[in-house]
Amino acid sequence: MSIELKQVSYTYMPKTPYEHKALDDVSFTLDEGSFTAIAGHTGSGKSTLVQHLNGLLHPECGQVLVDGVDLADSSRTGRQAAKEARNKVGMVFQYPEQQLFEETIAADIAFGPKNQGLEGEALAKRVKEAMELMGLDYAAYKDRSPFQLSGGQKRRVAIAGVLALHPKYLVLDEPTAGLDPQGREDLIQIICRLRKKWKLTIVFVSHNMEDIARLADSVVIMNHGQMAIKAAPQAAFEQVGILQAAGLQEPQMLHLLHRLQAVGLPVKADGIQLADGIHAIKEALSHAK
Amino acid sequence: MLSNITIGQYFPGNSILHRLDPRVKVLLLFFFLIEIFLFSNAVAYGIFSAVAFALMLLSGIPLGMLLRSLKPLWWIILFTFVIHLFSNPGTPIAKFWWFTLTWEGIRMGCFISLRLVLLILMSSLLTFTTSPLKLTDALESLLSPFRRFGLPAHELAMMMTIALRFIPTLIEETDKIMKAQQSRGADFTTGNVMKRLRNMVPILVPLFLSAFRRADELAMAMEARCYRGGVGRTQMKSLKTGGVDYLAIAGFVLLTVSLLGIKVLA
Repeated sequence: MSIELKQVSYTYMPKTPYEHKALDDVSFTLDEGSFTAIAGHTGSGKSTLVQHLNGLLHPECGQVLVDGVDLADSSRTGRQAAKEARNKVGMVFQYPEQQLFEETIAADIAFGPKNQGLEGEALAKRVKEAMELMGLDYAAYKDRSPFQLSGGQKRRVAIAGVLALHPKYLVLDEPTAGLDPQGREDLIQIICRLRKKWKLTIVFVSHNMEDIARLADSVVIMNHGQMAIKAAPQAAFEQVGILQAAGLQEPQMLHLLHRLQAVGLPVKADGIQLADGIHAIKEALSHAK
Repeated sequence: MLSNITIGQYFPGNSILHRLDPRVKVLLLFFFLIEIFLFSNAVAYGIFSAVAFALMLLSGIPLGMLLRSLKPLWWIILFTFVIHLFSNPGTPIAKFWWFTLTWEGIRMGCFISLRLVLLILMSSLLTFTTSPLKLTDALESLLSPFRRFGLPAHELAMMMTIALRFIPTLIEETDKIMKAQQSRGADFTTGNVMKRLRNMVPILVPLFLSAFRRADELAMAMEARCYRGGVGRTQMKSLKTGGVDYLAIAGFVLLTVSLLGIKVLA
Protein backbone atom coordinates (compact mmCIF):
# COMPACT_ATOMS: atom_id res chain seq x y z
CA MET A 1 0.00 0.00 0.00
CA SER A 2 1.36 3.35 -0.96
CA ILE A 3 0.77 6.75 -2.46
CA GLU A 4 1.62 6.72 -6.12
CA LEU A 5 1.99 9.73 -8.41
CA LYS A 6 1.82 8.98 -12.11
CA GLN A 7 3.02 11.70 -14.50
CA VAL A 8 1.29 14.46 -12.61
CA SER A 9 1.17 17.92 -14.21
CA TYR A 10 -0.60 20.99 -12.92
CA THR A 11 -0.98 24.52 -14.31
CA TYR A 12 -2.27 27.53 -12.41
CA MET A 13 -4.60 29.87 -14.30
CA PRO A 14 -4.36 28.14 -17.65
CA LYS A 15 -4.98 30.21 -20.81
CA THR A 16 -4.40 33.60 -19.19
CA PRO A 17 -1.33 35.86 -19.24
CA TYR A 18 -0.65 34.64 -15.67
CA GLU A 19 -0.44 30.99 -16.69
CA HIS A 20 2.09 29.14 -14.61
CA LYS A 21 3.08 25.50 -14.84
CA ALA A 22 3.63 24.41 -11.25
CA LEU A 23 4.12 20.68 -11.76
CA ASP A 24 5.54 19.06 -14.84
CA ASP A 25 5.34 15.29 -15.28
CA VAL A 26 6.13 14.27 -11.70
CA SER A 27 6.08 10.56 -10.91
CA PHE A 28 7.12 8.75 -7.74
CA THR A 29 5.89 6.31 -5.13
CA LEU A 30 5.74 6.84 -1.39
CA ASP A 31 6.01 3.40 0.20
CA GLU A 32 4.12 2.59 3.34
CA GLY A 33 6.12 3.34 6.44
CA SER A 34 8.62 5.55 4.63
CA PHE A 35 9.70 9.00 5.76
CA THR A 36 10.04 11.14 2.65
CA ALA A 37 11.39 14.67 2.63
CA ILE A 38 10.48 17.08 -0.15
CA ALA A 39 12.85 19.99 -0.71
CA GLY A 40 13.24 22.74 -3.28
CA HIS A 41 13.49 26.49 -3.61
CA THR A 42 10.46 28.75 -3.12
CA GLY A 43 8.09 28.33 -6.03
CA SER A 44 9.52 24.98 -7.09
CA GLY A 45 6.13 23.31 -6.77
CA LYS A 46 6.47 21.69 -3.34
CA SER A 47 3.25 23.04 -1.91
CA THR A 48 1.34 22.29 -5.11
CA LEU A 49 2.74 18.79 -5.00
CA VAL A 50 1.68 18.05 -1.43
CA GLN A 51 -1.81 19.39 -2.08
CA HIS A 52 -2.20 16.66 -4.67
CA LEU A 53 -1.52 13.99 -2.06
CA ASN A 54 -4.95 14.33 -0.49
CA GLY A 55 -6.96 15.56 -3.41
CA LEU A 56 -7.11 19.26 -2.58
CA LEU A 57 -5.84 19.78 -6.09
CA HIS A 58 -6.47 17.34 -8.87
CA PRO A 59 -3.81 16.83 -11.53
CA GLU A 60 -4.39 18.34 -14.95
CA CYS A 61 -2.92 15.21 -16.46
CA GLY A 62 -1.76 12.10 -14.67
CA GLN A 63 -3.06 10.34 -11.60
CA VAL A 64 -2.60 10.27 -7.84
CA LEU A 65 -3.35 6.85 -6.36
CA VAL A 66 -3.71 6.36 -2.61
CA ASP A 67 -3.71 2.64 -1.82
CA GLY A 68 -4.63 2.09 -5.45
CA VAL A 69 -7.60 4.48 -5.47
CA ASP A 70 -7.59 7.45 -7.85
CA LEU A 71 -8.27 10.59 -5.80
CA ALA A 72 -9.79 12.44 -8.76
CA ASP A 73 -12.34 9.69 -9.40
CA SER A 74 -15.70 11.46 -9.66
CA SER A 75 -17.67 8.62 -11.20
CA ARG A 76 -20.68 7.46 -9.21
CA THR A 77 -19.02 4.22 -8.19
CA GLY A 78 -15.62 5.67 -7.41
CA ARG A 79 -16.57 8.87 -5.62
CA GLN A 80 -17.07 7.30 -2.20
CA ALA A 81 -13.81 5.36 -2.41
CA ALA A 82 -11.96 8.52 -3.45
CA LYS A 83 -13.39 10.36 -0.45
CA GLU A 84 -12.29 7.61 1.91
CA ALA A 85 -8.84 7.55 0.35
CA ARG A 86 -8.52 11.30 0.84
CA ASN A 87 -9.43 10.76 4.47
CA LYS A 88 -6.41 8.54 4.95
CA VAL A 89 -4.06 11.41 4.23
CA GLY A 90 -3.70 13.96 7.02
CA MET A 91 -2.46 17.33 5.88
CA VAL A 92 -0.66 19.85 8.06
CA PHE A 93 -0.28 23.12 6.19
CA GLN A 94 2.36 25.77 6.63
CA TYR A 95 1.60 27.80 9.75
CA PRO A 96 -1.31 25.49 10.66
CA GLU A 97 -2.08 27.56 13.77
CA GLN A 98 -3.78 30.06 11.46
CA GLN A 99 -6.64 27.65 10.86
CA LEU A 100 -7.80 27.48 14.51
CA PHE A 101 -11.31 28.85 14.97
CA GLU A 102 -13.15 27.21 17.87
CA GLU A 103 -13.71 28.61 21.35
CA THR A 104 -11.92 25.81 23.14
CA ILE A 105 -8.93 23.70 22.25
CA ALA A 106 -10.88 20.46 22.62
CA ALA A 107 -13.63 21.70 20.29
CA ASP A 108 -11.10 22.70 17.65
CA ILE A 109 -9.36 19.34 17.72
CA ALA A 110 -12.76 17.62 17.60
CA PHE A 111 -13.69 19.40 14.35
CA GLY A 112 -12.06 16.78 12.10
CA PRO A 113 -13.25 13.57 13.80
CA LYS A 114 -16.73 15.11 14.14
CA ASN A 115 -16.80 15.54 10.37
CA GLN A 116 -15.90 11.85 10.14
CA GLY A 117 -19.08 11.13 12.10
CA LEU A 118 -17.68 10.47 15.57
CA GLU A 119 -19.59 11.61 18.66
CA GLY A 120 -19.72 11.37 22.44
CA GLU A 121 -17.27 9.14 24.23
CA ALA A 122 -15.38 8.03 21.13
CA LEU A 123 -14.90 11.66 20.07
CA ALA A 124 -13.61 12.72 23.48
CA LYS A 125 -11.22 9.78 23.47
CA ARG A 126 -9.82 10.79 20.08
CA VAL A 127 -9.30 14.37 21.23
CA LYS A 128 -7.60 13.29 24.44
CA GLU A 129 -5.31 10.90 22.60
CA ALA A 130 -4.33 13.51 20.00
CA MET A 131 -3.62 16.13 22.66
CA GLU A 132 -1.48 13.79 24.68
CA LEU A 133 0.47 12.73 21.60
CA MET A 134 1.30 16.38 21.02
CA GLY A 135 2.32 16.86 24.66
CA LEU A 136 -0.71 18.91 25.71
CA ASP A 137 -2.25 17.92 29.03
CA TYR A 138 -5.93 17.14 28.36
CA ALA A 139 -7.35 18.26 31.72
CA ALA A 140 -5.35 21.47 31.83
CA TYR A 141 -5.88 22.63 28.24
CA LYS A 142 -9.16 21.26 26.92
CA ASP A 143 -11.34 24.20 27.99
CA ARG A 144 -8.89 26.98 27.25
CA SER A 145 -9.17 29.20 24.21
CA PRO A 146 -6.63 28.32 21.53
CA PHE A 147 -6.02 32.03 21.00
CA GLN A 148 -4.46 32.46 24.43
CA LEU A 149 -1.64 30.05 23.69
CA SER A 150 1.88 30.77 22.51
CA GLY A 151 2.75 30.25 18.83
CA GLY A 152 4.39 26.88 19.43
CA GLN A 153 1.48 25.60 21.52
CA LYS A 154 -1.04 26.78 18.92
CA ARG A 155 0.83 24.82 16.31
CA ARG A 156 0.67 21.70 18.44
CA VAL A 157 -3.08 22.15 18.83
CA ALA A 158 -3.40 22.48 15.05
CA ILE A 159 -1.35 19.35 14.43
CA ALA A 160 -3.37 17.50 17.08
CA GLY A 161 -6.46 18.51 15.07
CA VAL A 162 -5.06 16.60 12.11
CA LEU A 163 -3.85 13.61 14.15
CA ALA A 164 -7.32 13.25 15.64
CA LEU A 165 -8.43 12.16 12.16
CA HIS A 166 -6.25 9.03 12.59
CA PRO A 167 -4.52 9.43 9.23
CA LYS A 168 -2.46 6.64 7.75
CA TYR A 169 -0.30 9.09 5.84
CA LEU A 170 0.76 12.39 7.37
CA VAL A 171 1.86 15.28 5.18
CA LEU A 172 3.66 18.13 6.97
CA ASP A 173 4.41 21.32 5.01
CA GLU A 174 7.35 23.00 6.75
CA PRO A 175 6.07 22.14 10.23
CA THR A 176 8.97 23.79 12.04
CA ALA A 177 8.93 27.14 10.20
CA GLY A 178 8.99 30.08 12.59
CA LEU A 179 9.52 28.03 15.76
CA ASP A 180 12.34 28.64 18.21
CA PRO A 181 15.13 26.01 18.38
CA GLN A 182 13.61 24.25 21.38
CA GLY A 183 10.19 24.21 19.71
CA ARG A 184 11.68 22.75 16.54
CA GLU A 185 13.47 20.02 18.40
CA ASP A 186 10.38 19.14 20.45
CA LEU A 187 8.22 18.94 17.36
CA ILE A 188 10.71 16.76 15.52
CA GLN A 189 10.90 14.42 18.49
CA ILE A 190 7.12 14.19 18.59
CA ILE A 191 6.97 13.37 14.88
CA CYS A 192 9.58 10.63 15.30
CA ARG A 193 7.72 9.14 18.25
CA LEU A 194 4.45 9.23 16.35
CA ARG A 195 5.97 7.49 13.41
CA LYS A 196 7.13 4.58 15.54
CA LYS A 197 3.94 4.35 17.53
CA TRP A 198 1.44 4.51 14.68
CA LYS A 199 3.70 3.25 11.88
CA LEU A 200 2.78 6.41 10.00
CA THR A 201 3.99 7.14 6.52
CA ILE A 202 5.32 10.67 6.64
CA VAL A 203 5.89 13.29 3.97
CA PHE A 204 7.83 16.25 5.20
CA VAL A 205 8.47 19.46 3.29
CA SER A 206 11.59 21.19 4.56
CA HIS A 207 14.45 23.46 3.61
CA ASN A 208 16.60 22.21 6.42
CA MET A 209 19.07 19.72 5.05
CA GLU A 210 20.28 18.74 8.51
CA ASP A 211 16.74 17.71 9.47
CA ILE A 212 16.36 15.83 6.22
CA ALA A 213 19.66 14.03 6.71
CA ARG A 214 18.66 13.06 10.21
CA LEU A 215 15.06 12.03 9.65
CA ALA A 216 14.25 11.02 6.11
CA ASP A 217 14.87 7.72 4.41
CA SER A 218 14.02 9.15 1.01
CA VAL A 219 14.37 12.62 -0.54
CA VAL A 220 12.51 14.26 -3.41
CA ILE A 221 14.19 17.38 -4.78
CA MET A 222 11.94 19.68 -6.80
CA ASN A 223 13.18 22.24 -9.30
CA HIS A 224 10.85 24.44 -11.39
CA GLY A 225 7.99 21.97 -11.14
CA GLN A 226 10.05 18.98 -12.12
CA MET A 227 11.42 16.23 -9.94
CA ALA A 228 15.18 16.61 -10.04
CA ILE A 229 16.12 13.78 -7.67
CA LYS A 230 14.33 10.98 -5.84
CA ALA A 231 16.78 8.93 -3.85
CA ALA A 232 17.97 8.00 -0.39
CA PRO A 233 19.45 11.08 1.37
CA GLN A 234 23.03 9.85 1.08
CA ALA A 235 22.72 9.34 -2.66
CA ALA A 236 20.77 12.56 -3.12
CA PHE A 237 23.34 14.68 -1.32
CA GLU A 238 26.13 13.30 -3.50
CA GLN A 239 24.59 15.05 -6.52
CA VAL A 240 25.87 18.45 -5.52
CA GLY A 241 25.45 19.96 -8.99
CA ILE A 242 21.76 19.14 -9.21
CA LEU A 243 21.21 20.33 -5.64
CA GLN A 244 22.80 23.67 -6.42
CA ALA A 245 20.79 24.03 -9.60
CA ALA A 246 17.69 23.53 -7.45
CA GLY A 247 18.80 26.31 -5.11
CA LEU A 248 19.83 23.95 -2.30
CA GLN A 249 23.03 22.88 -0.65
CA GLU A 250 24.12 19.57 0.82
CA PRO A 251 24.11 19.42 4.66
CA GLN A 252 26.83 21.57 6.20
CA MET A 253 28.78 18.59 7.47
CA LEU A 254 28.91 17.06 4.04
CA HIS A 255 29.79 20.43 2.55
CA LEU A 256 32.73 20.65 4.94
CA LEU A 257 33.89 17.16 4.03
CA HIS A 258 33.71 17.99 0.33
CA ARG A 259 35.72 21.17 0.92
CA LEU A 260 38.34 19.21 2.88
CA GLN A 261 38.58 16.72 0.04
CA ALA A 262 39.04 19.57 -2.41
CA VAL A 263 42.05 20.92 -0.48
CA GLY A 264 43.64 17.47 -0.32
CA LEU A 265 42.66 15.88 3.00
CA PRO A 266 41.56 12.33 2.19
CA VAL A 267 38.34 12.19 4.26
CA LYS A 268 35.63 9.69 3.45
CA ALA A 269 32.34 11.41 2.74
CA ASP A 270 30.09 8.40 3.13
CA GLY A 271 27.95 9.49 6.08
CA ILE A 272 25.57 12.40 6.33
CA GLN A 273 25.09 12.68 10.06
CA LEU A 274 27.16 15.03 12.21
CA ALA A 275 28.74 12.07 14.03
CA ASP A 276 29.74 10.39 10.76
CA GLY A 277 31.50 13.54 9.67
CA ILE A 278 33.40 13.96 12.92
CA HIS A 279 34.47 10.34 12.75
CA ALA A 280 35.63 10.70 9.15
CA ILE A 281 37.72 13.78 9.93
CA LYS A 282 39.31 12.19 12.98
CA GLU A 283 40.22 9.12 11.00
CA ALA A 284 41.70 11.12 8.15
CA LEU A 285 43.77 13.21 10.58
CA SER A 286 45.13 10.19 12.40
CA HIS A 287 46.22 8.69 9.07
CA ALA A 288 47.82 11.98 8.09
CA LYS A 289 50.09 11.80 11.13
CA MET B 1 -10.47 27.25 -7.56
CA LEU B 2 -10.17 30.61 -5.84
CA SER B 3 -6.65 31.15 -7.10
CA ASN B 4 -8.07 31.46 -10.61
CA ILE B 5 -9.62 34.86 -9.88
CA THR B 6 -7.90 37.95 -11.24
CA ILE B 7 -8.73 41.28 -9.67
CA GLY B 8 -9.48 43.99 -12.14
CA GLN B 9 -8.54 43.00 -15.63
CA TYR B 10 -5.30 44.82 -16.19
CA PHE B 11 -3.47 43.35 -19.15
CA PRO B 12 0.18 44.34 -19.00
CA GLY B 13 1.53 45.91 -22.18
CA ASN B 14 3.33 48.88 -23.65
CA SER B 15 0.93 50.29 -26.24
CA ILE B 16 0.16 53.98 -26.66
CA LEU B 17 -2.96 53.44 -24.54
CA HIS B 18 -0.88 51.90 -21.77
CA ARG B 19 1.50 54.84 -21.83
CA LEU B 20 -1.13 57.57 -21.68
CA ASP B 21 -1.43 59.52 -18.45
CA PRO B 22 -4.22 57.74 -16.56
CA ARG B 23 -5.82 61.10 -15.65
CA VAL B 24 -6.10 61.96 -19.33
CA LYS B 25 -7.53 58.53 -20.01
CA VAL B 26 -10.16 58.85 -17.27
CA LEU B 27 -11.21 62.34 -18.36
CA LEU B 28 -11.31 61.53 -22.07
CA LEU B 29 -13.32 58.39 -21.36
CA PHE B 30 -15.73 60.45 -19.26
CA PHE B 31 -16.29 62.98 -22.06
CA PHE B 32 -16.42 60.26 -24.71
CA LEU B 33 -19.22 58.50 -22.83
CA ILE B 34 -21.12 61.78 -22.56
CA GLU B 35 -20.76 62.33 -26.29
CA ILE B 36 -22.10 58.86 -27.00
CA PHE B 37 -25.28 60.01 -25.30
CA LEU B 38 -25.32 63.48 -26.88
CA PHE B 39 -24.88 62.54 -30.52
CA SER B 40 -27.32 59.91 -31.67
CA ASN B 41 -27.29 60.03 -35.47
CA ALA B 42 -26.11 57.18 -37.64
CA VAL B 43 -22.95 58.94 -38.85
CA ALA B 44 -21.90 59.73 -35.27
CA TYR B 45 -22.38 56.13 -34.24
CA GLY B 46 -20.36 55.00 -37.24
CA ILE B 47 -17.55 57.30 -36.12
CA PHE B 48 -17.80 56.15 -32.48
CA SER B 49 -17.61 52.50 -33.53
CA ALA B 50 -14.66 53.20 -35.80
CA VAL B 51 -12.83 55.06 -33.01
CA ALA B 52 -13.56 52.27 -30.51
CA PHE B 53 -12.36 49.65 -32.96
CA ALA B 54 -9.19 51.58 -33.76
CA LEU B 55 -8.43 52.02 -30.05
CA MET B 56 -9.01 48.31 -29.43
CA LEU B 57 -6.49 47.48 -32.13
CA LEU B 58 -4.06 50.08 -30.76
CA SER B 59 -4.22 48.64 -27.24
CA GLY B 60 -2.60 45.38 -28.35
CA ILE B 61 -5.04 43.40 -26.23
CA PRO B 62 -6.44 40.25 -27.85
CA LEU B 63 -9.85 41.15 -29.30
CA GLY B 64 -11.36 38.00 -27.85
CA MET B 65 -10.45 39.11 -24.35
CA LEU B 66 -12.00 42.54 -24.86
CA LEU B 67 -15.18 41.04 -26.25
CA ARG B 68 -15.35 38.67 -23.29
CA SER B 69 -15.87 41.70 -21.03
CA LEU B 70 -19.28 42.01 -22.72
CA LYS B 71 -20.27 38.58 -21.53
CA PRO B 72 -21.69 39.44 -18.08
CA LEU B 73 -23.91 42.11 -19.64
CA TRP B 74 -24.91 40.14 -22.69
CA TRP B 75 -28.41 39.41 -21.39
CA ILE B 76 -29.07 43.02 -20.48
CA ILE B 77 -28.07 44.11 -23.98
CA LEU B 78 -30.33 41.49 -25.56
CA PHE B 79 -33.19 42.40 -23.24
CA THR B 80 -32.89 46.11 -24.07
CA PHE B 81 -32.77 45.29 -27.75
CA VAL B 82 -35.96 43.20 -27.64
CA ILE B 83 -37.82 45.77 -25.52
CA HIS B 84 -36.97 48.50 -28.02
CA LEU B 85 -38.06 46.37 -30.98
CA PHE B 86 -41.64 46.34 -29.78
CA SER B 87 -42.05 49.54 -27.81
CA ASN B 88 -41.55 52.15 -30.53
CA PRO B 89 -44.51 53.47 -32.47
CA GLY B 90 -44.00 53.71 -36.26
CA THR B 91 -44.32 51.70 -39.46
CA PRO B 92 -45.42 48.21 -38.42
CA ILE B 93 -43.76 45.17 -39.98
CA ALA B 94 -45.29 42.31 -38.08
CA LYS B 95 -47.65 41.69 -35.19
CA PHE B 96 -47.23 39.07 -32.49
CA TRP B 97 -50.18 38.90 -30.11
CA TRP B 98 -50.44 42.53 -29.09
CA PHE B 99 -46.75 43.37 -29.70
CA THR B 100 -46.01 45.32 -32.85
CA LEU B 101 -42.62 45.13 -34.51
CA THR B 102 -41.74 48.43 -36.18
CA TRP B 103 -38.96 49.76 -38.39
CA GLU B 104 -38.36 52.50 -35.86
CA GLY B 105 -38.15 49.85 -33.18
CA ILE B 106 -35.40 47.98 -35.00
CA ARG B 107 -33.55 51.25 -35.55
CA MET B 108 -33.80 52.26 -31.89
CA GLY B 109 -32.94 48.77 -30.67
CA CYS B 110 -29.78 48.75 -32.75
CA PHE B 111 -28.82 52.22 -31.55
CA ILE B 112 -29.35 51.51 -27.88
CA SER B 113 -27.57 48.15 -27.97
CA LEU B 114 -24.66 49.66 -29.86
CA ARG B 115 -24.57 52.42 -27.28
CA LEU B 116 -24.37 49.89 -24.43
CA VAL B 117 -21.71 47.85 -26.23
CA LEU B 118 -19.64 51.01 -26.81
CA LEU B 119 -20.00 52.07 -23.17
CA ILE B 120 -18.80 48.71 -21.91
CA LEU B 121 -15.99 48.30 -24.43
CA MET B 122 -14.59 51.77 -23.88
CA SER B 123 -14.70 51.43 -20.09
CA SER B 124 -13.05 48.03 -20.17
CA LEU B 125 -10.43 49.45 -22.48
CA LEU B 126 -9.53 51.79 -19.62
CA THR B 127 -9.32 49.03 -17.01
CA PHE B 128 -7.48 46.72 -19.41
CA THR B 129 -4.73 49.24 -20.11
CA THR B 130 -4.41 50.90 -16.70
CA SER B 131 -3.11 49.11 -13.63
CA PRO B 132 -5.40 49.51 -10.59
CA LEU B 133 -2.68 51.47 -8.79
CA LYS B 134 -2.36 54.01 -11.60
CA LEU B 135 -6.11 54.29 -11.65
CA THR B 136 -6.28 55.20 -7.96
CA ASP B 137 -3.44 57.67 -8.43
CA ALA B 138 -5.42 59.26 -11.22
CA LEU B 139 -8.55 59.42 -9.08
CA GLU B 140 -6.63 61.02 -6.22
CA SER B 141 -5.20 63.62 -8.54
CA LEU B 142 -8.54 64.32 -10.23
CA LEU B 143 -10.41 64.56 -6.92
CA SER B 144 -7.84 66.75 -5.18
CA PRO B 145 -9.47 70.05 -6.28
CA PHE B 146 -12.48 69.01 -4.17
CA ARG B 147 -10.31 68.82 -1.06
CA ARG B 148 -11.20 72.38 -0.18
CA PHE B 149 -14.82 71.25 0.16
CA GLY B 150 -13.73 68.62 2.68
CA LEU B 151 -13.37 65.63 0.35
CA PRO B 152 -10.56 63.42 1.73
CA ALA B 153 -9.10 62.63 -1.69
CA HIS B 154 -5.80 61.23 -0.47
CA GLU B 155 -7.39 59.07 2.19
CA LEU B 156 -9.90 57.67 -0.27
CA ALA B 157 -7.16 56.83 -2.73
CA MET B 158 -5.00 55.27 0.00
CA MET B 159 -7.93 53.14 1.15
CA MET B 160 -8.54 51.97 -2.38
CA THR B 161 -4.88 51.20 -2.90
CA ILE B 162 -4.69 49.18 0.30
CA ALA B 163 -7.91 47.33 -0.49
CA LEU B 164 -6.67 46.48 -3.98
CA ARG B 165 -3.33 45.41 -2.59
CA PHE B 166 -4.91 43.06 -0.08
CA ILE B 167 -7.64 41.46 -2.16
CA PRO B 168 -5.29 38.88 -3.71
CA THR B 169 -3.64 38.28 -0.34
CA LEU B 170 -6.96 37.64 1.35
CA ILE B 171 -8.14 35.42 -1.49
CA GLU B 172 -4.99 33.37 -1.18
CA GLU B 173 -5.52 33.17 2.55
CA THR B 174 -9.16 32.12 2.18
CA ASP B 175 -8.08 29.46 -0.27
CA LYS B 176 -5.49 28.15 2.16
CA ILE B 177 -7.86 28.11 5.14
CA MET B 178 -10.57 26.43 3.05
CA LYS B 179 -8.16 23.73 2.01
CA ALA B 180 -6.95 23.22 5.56
CA GLN B 181 -10.51 22.79 6.82
CA GLN B 182 -11.42 20.62 3.84
CA SER B 183 -8.60 18.28 4.68
CA ARG B 184 -10.15 18.03 8.16
CA GLY B 185 -13.34 16.88 6.50
CA ALA B 186 -15.22 20.18 6.23
CA ASP B 187 -17.78 20.27 3.45
CA PHE B 188 -18.72 23.58 1.81
CA THR B 189 -20.72 22.31 -1.12
CA THR B 190 -23.64 20.30 0.24
CA GLY B 191 -26.56 20.96 2.57
CA ASN B 192 -29.18 23.70 2.75
CA VAL B 193 -28.50 27.41 3.13
CA MET B 194 -28.40 27.42 6.93
CA LYS B 195 -26.04 24.48 7.05
CA ARG B 196 -23.77 26.03 4.47
CA LEU B 197 -23.70 29.30 6.40
CA ARG B 198 -22.78 27.45 9.55
CA ASN B 199 -20.05 25.64 7.63
CA MET B 200 -18.51 29.02 6.79
CA VAL B 201 -17.59 29.69 10.43
CA PRO B 202 -14.38 27.65 10.30
CA ILE B 203 -13.27 29.85 7.38
CA LEU B 204 -14.50 33.23 8.55
CA VAL B 205 -13.05 33.19 12.06
CA PRO B 206 -9.45 32.53 10.97
CA LEU B 207 -9.87 34.89 8.02
CA PHE B 208 -11.05 37.80 10.17
CA LEU B 209 -8.33 37.15 12.72
CA SER B 210 -5.65 37.27 10.09
CA ALA B 211 -7.18 40.31 8.38
CA PHE B 212 -7.13 42.23 11.67
CA ARG B 213 -3.59 41.10 12.35
CA ARG B 214 -2.50 42.22 8.90
CA ALA B 215 -4.24 45.58 9.30
CA ASP B 216 -2.48 46.09 12.59
CA GLU B 217 0.90 45.19 11.16
CA LEU B 218 0.38 47.39 8.13
CA ALA B 219 -0.60 50.38 10.28
CA MET B 220 2.49 49.84 12.40
CA ALA B 221 4.75 49.52 9.37
CA MET B 222 3.31 52.70 7.85
CA GLU B 223 3.73 54.66 11.06
CA ALA B 224 7.26 53.35 11.48
CA ARG B 225 7.97 54.96 8.13
CA CYS B 226 6.48 58.26 9.27
CA TYR B 227 3.22 58.10 7.34
CA ARG B 228 1.16 61.13 8.36
CA GLY B 229 -1.59 61.23 5.76
CA GLY B 230 -1.64 63.13 2.51
CA VAL B 231 -0.51 66.61 3.52
CA GLY B 232 2.78 67.51 1.85
CA ARG B 233 3.30 63.97 0.63
CA THR B 234 5.10 63.52 -2.68
CA GLN B 235 4.86 60.56 -5.00
CA MET B 236 7.59 58.27 -6.20
CA LYS B 237 6.04 58.00 -9.63
CA SER B 238 4.24 61.27 -10.12
CA LEU B 239 1.91 61.35 -13.08
CA LYS B 240 3.23 63.31 -16.03
CA THR B 241 1.31 64.60 -18.99
CA GLY B 242 3.47 64.31 -22.09
CA GLY B 243 3.39 64.51 -25.88
CA VAL B 244 1.23 61.42 -26.37
CA ASP B 245 -1.35 62.84 -23.98
CA TYR B 246 -1.61 66.17 -25.82
CA LEU B 247 -1.95 64.24 -29.04
CA ALA B 248 -4.79 62.21 -27.54
CA ILE B 249 -6.51 65.36 -26.30
CA ALA B 250 -6.08 67.01 -29.70
CA GLY B 251 -7.56 63.93 -31.36
CA PHE B 252 -10.49 64.03 -29.01
CA VAL B 253 -11.13 67.74 -29.64
CA LEU B 254 -11.01 67.08 -33.38
CA LEU B 255 -13.54 64.27 -32.95
CA THR B 256 -15.87 66.51 -30.95
CA VAL B 257 -15.63 69.39 -33.43
CA SER B 258 -16.37 67.14 -36.40
CA LEU B 259 -19.30 65.57 -34.59
CA LEU B 260 -20.68 69.05 -33.85
CA GLY B 261 -20.12 70.00 -37.49
CA ILE B 262 -22.06 66.99 -38.71
CA LYS B 263 -24.87 67.73 -36.31
CA VAL B 264 -25.14 71.38 -37.41
CA LEU B 265 -25.00 70.52 -41.12
CA ALA B 266 -27.52 67.72 -40.89
